[in-house]
Amino acid sequence: MSDWFAQYNYIVVIILMMTGLYIVFSSRNLIKKLAGLSVFQTSLFLLYITIGKVSGGQPPILLEDKSYGKDGGGQSLLSGPVEVAAGDAAFILPGPGSDVLYSNPLPHVLILTAIVVGVATLSIGLALTVRIREVYHTIEEDEIEAADFVYNLEGTAD
Amino acid sequence: MSFLDLVPDWLLIHGPAFLMALPLIMAAITAILPNKRVAWTSTFIVTAILTLTAFSIALYNVEVGTTLYKMGGWAPPHGISLVIDALNAPVIVLIAVMSLLTVVYALPATVAEIRPNKRAPFYAAFLLCTAGLLGMVVTGDAFNVFVFLEVSSISTYVLVAMGAARDRRALSAAYNYLILGSIGATFFVIGVGFLYMETGTLNMADMARILADLDGGSRVAKVAFGFIIIGLGLKLAMFPLHTWLPGAYAYAPTPVTTFLASTATKAALYLLLRFTFFVFDPSYAYVADILMFILVGLGVIGMVFASLQAIFQTDVRRMLAFSSVAQVGYMLLGIGIATTASVAAGYLHLINHAIIKGGLFLALGAMWYRFGITRMEDFRGLGQTMPLTMGAFTVSGLSLIGVPFTAGFISKLNLTVAAADAGWLWAVGVIMVSSILALIYIGRVLLLAYFQSPPKVNGVEVARNEAPIAMLIPMWFLALSSIFIGIKSDAVVGAATRAAEFLLGAG
Amino acid sequence: MSDPEAKFGRDPHVLLRVIAKFLIPLIALFAFYVQFHGDYGPGGGFQAGVILAASVILYALIFGLTEAKKAFPPRLIRYGMTLGVVLYGGTGVVNFILGGEFLNYSNLASDPAAGQHYGILAVELGVLITVTTVMIAIFYAFGSRQPETSNEDW
Repeated sequence: MSDWFAQYNYIVVIILMMTGLYIVFSSRNLIKKLAGLSVFQTSLFLLYITIGKVSGGQPPILLEDKSYGKDGGGQSLLSGPVEVAAGDAAFILPGPGSDVLYSNPLPHVLILTAIVVGVATLSIGLALTVRIREVYHTIEEDEIEAADFVYNLEGTAD
Repeated sequence: MSFLDLVPDWLLIHGPAFLMALPLIMAAITAILPNKRVAWTSTFIVTAILTLTAFSIALYNVEVGTTLYKMGGWAPPHGISLVIDALNAPVIVLIAVMSLLTVVYALPATVAEIRPNKRAPFYAAFLLCTAGLLGMVVTGDAFNVFVFLEVSSISTYVLVAMGAARDRRALSAAYNYLILGSIGATFFVIGVGFLYMETGTLNMADMARILADLDGGSRVAKVAFGFIIIGLGLKLAMFPLHTWLPGAYAYAPTPVTTFLASTATKAALYLLLRFTFFVFDPSYAYVADILMFILVGLGVIGMVFASLQAIFQTDVRRMLAFSSVAQVGYMLLGIGIATTASVAAGYLHLINHAIIKGGLFLALGAMWYRFGITRMEDFRGLGQTMPLTMGAFTVSGLSLIGVPFTAGFISKLNLTVAAADAGWLWAVGVIMVSSILALIYIGRVLLLAYFQSPPKVNGVEVARNEAPIAMLIPMWFLALSSIFIGIKSDAVVGAATRAAEFLLGAG
Repeated sequence: MSDPEAKFGRDPHVLLRVIAKFLIPLIALFAFYVQFHGDYGPGGGFQAGVILAASVILYALIFGLTEAKKAFPPRLIRYGMTLGVVLYGGTGVVNFILGGEFLNYSNLASDPAAGQHYGILAVELGVLITVTTVMIAIFYAFGSRQPETSNEDW
């Protein structure tokens, strides 16, 4: 049971994910569906950020300057800089030689991209909802289907 | 003196980056171009360059094998690399050629279907979609796949919604596609996240190596595989997850339907191949189980049920959309049997079906362009009023059924032989049944078109009214290449076999 | 005394407007801080672009869409979106012409590290421009939609 509490982030992720999916599938209102989709995507963001977390990890910031990477007593935490080849240029990055634990920055970068994708999806979805409301005068799926059913009976002539 | 000697070296080396960067940048520029011919011209030039590039890259790939392009000079596995290998080179050519044909066709089609002030944005969204599809096929980085998947999907939602100028149901079709497409992409990226947890890398080749070291990995890898299969299944319209597809195909503008039907689901299928056989491996028990029970099962059910649904449609575009779902079943069956021959057959059907469905939807679009018809009963006498268009429709339709000397026959033959060799005799039976169902739904249209006289408007029979040349060229190009593949199939079968051997090893 | 007009003058939103006028330049300035601090710490084009767009959106909320469109014309948005993408892609193309891979900034200067620095500055500027204009474009697109029921329909 204690394992479950240690991994409460994942439990929150699962709850959010299921809530979001449930809203998407159960709701018949276009805006509520998009809200559900957002909740679902947010659970994804949380999942990735949880992956990036390292217990006791520092923010992954370059340890060049004296003001970074020191413990409480002003002692530098960096025992030896490591050169990492990046492209043709060499950069000094805190590496395996240092004593400092860093959180993994990569999932955060990925999720920044995913958030942008989510914003784009959401705004397209809302724009579509606006257009649907202008055409159908409703955002309830049942009423849209009913309107289209009548429309189908009348034929494709508009 | 081969074709490759004419291509400058830099294009061969930088081609992969070129394929995705050029349409991406040109999409932004096209969006602000004047709406008239300028936007079309720029799109046409871009897709023509893409086609040339894709061909030269594919030929180069046959010559030198797998090539790697380090994006930004960052070496894999840390940087994003673009990979061209035997698996994706044919898909790249397919997407580039289809985009070129669609643009040629779109010149008259957009005049009828897209409002004048929306034409430049239409072409911009089209280029963006092309960039996304090409990007997700060339990239070697799992997360980058997601980004390009969404680039192509988001532009597709916009393109489908543009059909609202013609039919308002395009809006709700686009909305449904958006909801299901986003869920699919999110499932996929959840899977990638779990894979990242398991392997600590995003590079697909590196993932494959680490997973092989771990002998398939722990439960995390299994969960990742499940999420990825469901996410991609939504994108490629695997049978019970296909509900977005008929609406999106039926109400999108006709060039968009063509492009979607022949590239979008195919790119997703390519990803399925890439993940099941390249990143994961059928030698892991859980992958083999999913292949055998989920992919084959759903593929077979889809083949029969979607074909049956297609028979009962009154709208020809919806009929062809359901037929697409059924055809995806063939590919899934080929992938699911998981022998080199069957994967080659599935891959072959992927290419052939793109050509066939592209031709069918182009012909259908031309009919809408001239007469504004999509319903079955309006097809009476089209053999007389639009002989050339109906001819292309007939050739592609026969190819879809699998008549000898057509592309459809070659891929179904290969699939049948592969299934029989693997001992899956019941699958052979299902392929036959599904082909007969295809004969019924295509046959209905052909009977109406050839054996009934054209409808009378005000007492006068509708006169012959052929589609414009810009529509006839792409549709006959696809119809003739379908016959060409049927007669001389070496090149395409060779490409499919190379892809399957790349994935599974020879034998 | 109970009449707000007598107490605050004719404009009931005067407090909001005064505070917003004070805040908007600060928000814009903070956006540029985030943009240029992105080299050394958390920040960069995405965040800065959203913050900069937020300043324009705040202006539109307080002073109205018409005023905002005067301050930041929609015409700029179209060109801004393209300019940003072209700046980003153009940096990649320039690297490519200079003989490196696409987006390999190391060739931009004689020193690879300096080249990377210039490259990321140009790219982030492109991101800033695109994100700002796209965010404002989304806001304008939703905000300037005509109400579906026109006065004649009533």
